[in-house]
Amino acid sequence: MDEILHLEKEFKSKIDQSENLHKIEQVKSEAFGKNGKIGELFKKITTLQGEDRKNFASNLNKLKDNINNLINSKINLFEQTEINKKLSEDRIDVTLPGRPITFGKIHPVTQVIDEVTAIFGEIGFSVAEGPDVENEYNNFTALNTPPHHPARDMHDTFYLGQNKEILLRTHTSPVQIRTMLSGKPPFKIIAPGRTYRCDSDQTHTPMFHQVEGLHIDKNVNMGHLKGVLDYFIRKFFEVDKIKMRFRPSHFPFTEPSAEVDIGYELKDGKIVIGEGDKWLEILGCGMVHPNVLKNCKVNTSMYQGYAFGIGIDRLAMLKYGINDLRSFFETDVRWLEHYGFDPLDIPANYRGFSR
Amino acid sequence: MKITSSWLKDHLKTSANIEKIVSTLNNIGLEVESVGATDKNNFFLVAKIIKAEKHPNADKLKLCDVDIGSGKILKVVCGASNARDGLLTVYAKPGAIIPKNQLKIKVTNIRGVDSYGMLCSESELGLSDESQGIIELDSKKFKVGNSYFKNNSEPAIDISITPNRSDCLGVRGIARDLSTAGLGKLIELQQTKLKTNIKNPFKVIIQSNSGCSSFTHCYIEGIKNSESPKWLKDKLIAVGMNPISAVVDITNYIMLDLNRPLHAYDADKIERKVIVRSSKKGEKFLALDNNNYSLEDGACLITNEKEILGLGGVIGGESSSISLDTKNIFLESALFDPAKISKAAKKLGINSDAKFRFERGVDPNTMEYGLKLAAQIINKLCGGKISNLVASGEGNFKNKQIKFNSKKFEKIIGSKISTAEINKILNNLGFKFKESKNVYSIIVPTWRPDINEEVDIVEELIRIRGYDKIQLINPEVDSSKNILTGKQKLQRFAQRSIANKGFMETVTYSFTSSKIDSLFDLHNKNLLITNPISNDLNALRSSIFSNLLIHAKNNIHRNFEDQKIFECGPVFFGSKPGEQIVVIGGIQIGKIYRKNWLEKDKDVDVFEIKDIVYKTLIELGIDEQELSIIQESESYYHPGRSGKFFLSSNKQSPLANFGEINPKIIKELDIKYGPVFGFQIFLNNIPVINKQNTEKKFKYLVSNFQKIERDFAFIIDKKFEAEKIINALFNVDKKLIKKIRIFDVFQGGNIEKNKKSVALNLVIQSQDKTLNDKEIDELSNKIIQTMQKSFDATLRS
Repeated sequence: MDEILHLEKEFKSKIDQSENLHKIEQVKSEAFGKNGKIGELFKKITTLQGEDRKNFASNLNKLKDNINNLINSKINLFEQTEINKKLSEDRIDVTLPGRPITFGKIHPVTQVIDEVTAIFGEIGFSVAEGPDVENEYNNFTALNTPPHHPARDMHDTFYLGQNKEILLRTHTSPVQIRTMLSGKPPFKIIAPGRTYRCDSDQTHTPMFHQVEGLHIDKNVNMGHLKGVLDYFIRKFFEVDKIKMRFRPSHFPFTEPSAEVDIGYELKDGKIVIGEGDKWLEILGCGMVHPNVLKNCKVNTSMYQGYAFGIGIDRLAMLKYGINDLRSFFETDVRWLEHYGFDPLDIPANYRGFSR
Repeated sequence: MKITSSWLKDHLKTSANIEKIVSTLNNIGLEVESVGATDKNNFFLVAKIIKAEKHPNADKLKLCDVDIGSGKILKVVCGASNARDGLLTVYAKPGAIIPKNQLKIKVTNIRGVDSYGMLCSESELGLSDESQGIIELDSKKFKVGNSYFKNNSEPAIDISITPNRSDCLGVRGIARDLSTAGLGKLIELQQTKLKTNIKNPFKVIIQSNSGCSSFTHCYIEGIKNSESPKWLKDKLIAVGMNPISAVVDITNYIMLDLNRPLHAYDADKIERKVIVRSSKKGEKFLALDNNNYSLEDGACLITNEKEILGLGGVIGGESSSISLDTKNIFLESALFDPAKISKAAKKLGINSDAKFRFERGVDPNTMEYGLKLAAQIINKLCGGKISNLVASGEGNFKNKQIKFNSKKFEKIIGSKISTAEINKILNNLGFKFKESKNVYSIIVPTWRPDINEEVDIVEELIRIRGYDKIQLINPEVDSSKNILTGKQKLQRFAQRSIANKGFMETVTYSFTSSKIDSLFDLHNKNLLITNPISNDLNALRSSIFSNLLIHAKNNIHRNFEDQKIFECGPVFFGSKPGEQIVVIGGIQIGKIYRKNWLEKDKDVDVFEIKDIVYKTLIELGIDEQELSIIQESESYYHPGRSGKFFLSSNKQSPLANFGEINPKIIKELDIKYGPVFGFQIFLNNIPVINKQNTEKKFKYLVSNFQKIERDFAFIIDKKFEAEKIINALFNVDKKLIKKIRIFDVFQGGNIEKNKKSVALNLVIQSQDKTLNDKEIDELSNKIIQTMQKSFDATLRS
């Protein structure tokens, strides 16, 4: 028993005297390592008998636990001190700028096309496409605009080749023709895309963007057209109420035809949509002319519907306060940086258009 | 089409003020563009030259700072020798139409300087023949910023008449519409009382296929042509027309009043036998606008046996034109074929008021009335004796008849209309009809060529009733269909994927300079645009790089050297519809980043651009195992620093390519800040993953047995590409070799000239046990043997 008490005394004093991690590790090894003093003492258990053996074993185990705990807590103490010391010394200025990051941007035209798609998508429209190079038939004739129709003069058309049969589409309306010729009614599509007219000045660029809409079914009337456009404009401009005005107009491919104005006012030189007493023309639309449906082999006694065409660049200008159309196509990195959108800003109904 | 309130009141009994007239016009589809004084008043201002300097790029031109009032200073390029500091002169704003040549002033770039308008000479303004230098004004009489032309005419309402409404190209048609819309009562046309007291000496022969269906004429003898009286001049000036002489002004007045173009010839300058015929190619004709036109065939000509008198319905000839000395006149009121008029005028580039009306449609029944009215007014103002009227050609103009079921209105518009309202509207618009059980038999007035079928009647009814009466029907949410196709989703995803790697998306024109585009592979002459707006934009682009490089260069000039820009759009390989593909192309120039406290400058390299393409392809759903790179490139890339991505299963259609843009092209484009790296992703070649999310995940299989890493270094011939080595090694044991990394490539030193050292790290792991030393050694030996066999490679000692 003396041996146990003696060892206890010895190790307690050694533990007390250990002033660093290295020393205490040495004590640990002296106690419990190979041939360690406490380990060695366990061998003695086998030499004892009866009550002595029981008492000795019990006291030795107590000693082992006791010393082990003391050593471990001392080790722990030294480690904590060391970490704390390291932490207090190891300090860098995290306000220093990190490695430079470049952020990409999405062009406003792409963003607006995605917004328009999300809005019309929710009410059952799907996206159709057509080529930029069109034949004269799809761009004009099939749309009830025969050769020498004065409306053709209003489209300053780019041609490819001398016989004027191939052209750059002057509007997205030929997608109506392609869609109807390649399928069976009902049709409910929008067709965003590039359009071209040989016109270039302050407010015109030779290329611009439109989105076409077409809805043909058994009972689609002008009230539906009005409802869809009202819905679109409210959603697009993110306002609850919109002042909208339908005005009679003329397009060869719709009858009746309308132009749509929205109300706005100028506040601090910025256009505010939905209020005020000024009117801004934003789109053309109408009920698809029976001749167009006939040209597309659609049975006019059963089917009718509406079509519309909206200028995408113009929508972008109005919504985002961009005042120069030409700047859209100039790739000035400063402009792209300013008017572009974060690539993760994906317009979707579930998350809304604005963060 | 311009009208004034007082002219309108010749036809409409109304007390409506101008605001009410304007809002009603807008509501019934006659869109008012502007209300105000005529263009001349708005567009020509008194201005002062603050400073006149020599144009930087032209010896004979001056660059002037011009004060146009209220402190606004503009740059205007001017060629006049008298342009000098302090001069008060006349400035034409962009949009102004120069009276002399009818040219519209635009903002134009003159030898590298934008010029915002024009300084005018007296001759340009039609004031005199003085064309030497610009007008010099007396500063005591004129004030800077004021309108140069005196504003004493009535405000004109400028209406944009849609091409279908030819009837509204006359004041009377507009009055009729306004009356129907409830703005007043249409006044009955005045009856003509023509005293004819001589015999018409003219004989008009209309040849078949001439493009003229009817020709009515009379002869007036012994008139005294003069300046028009004030009432007539004021009427014309107010709507922007220059008065010329009484006879000409009267024909213009009838045209504007009734949409009835007429033409007066000096009878002493033409023979008595008039032949209306079709032109033959190559015939020449000097027109009233002093231009000598060479004709194509198929145009309608008014001729004598020897000479051409006029281009029917388009423009008269100079030789028979009316002057103040004209004593005897031959007056024409005819009907021409719209398509022929349009075709002939377009070929010659003539845009006259008569042509504008005939191609849209003129009421045949005004032919005689308009002629009589003109003769009567000429007689009143200029005296003379009037001959009998003679009509040639067709004389019986049938009205169109259409059936209209009033239920059609409800079907198209969505709401009902009463019989009484239908009757009232049709009646006021001049339609005759009978109704029985909702079905109308309608006789269309001859002034409405645009009304051909039931829907046209629907439009007339709703137009007058008001579009605001259309009941709005709210749309319903409907998500039964896919909004986008797989391809469309791919494209939208790719755009945002590239942007998210730090690239700015741009949109550039689909056309470009053929000169620049031809530096790339696919350019061909079929892509040339027949009527480009400029030589810099004269061809459809065959490469997405053409415009990107042009614009990148502009950005460098703006002092933005480090650029990452991309575009997603069409490129063309032919001029037929559909000969286009969608490409995402991007370029990166300069440094990835500039020096900072952590690192030094980092230049862009091929691997930067390759990684972007690689990551994007993986994000687009391509299986990494399927992706293969070939070091083979298009000529527009640096031959040694470019490559293409393919699917291993399809080596025909590249998914993408990337590399350093060929330095020869960069030199050609004079881009001083190279090298430029680029990539193209060919979206049409990317397979659409047509899998449901539920099918996308296959069985989860991982190994928990110990993995071992082994490094090897081989000396190998330079020509063997890394991808080949990696593929060969994977094939040694696809089950055990999990990963291969190349961690060093070295040439030179003590390594033979045509060889390189490639160091590889292999991760080896079994799916079902811990590998023992023997198994690992066996695999190592196999690897070394494969390298020897396939590439004659030796293990580096």
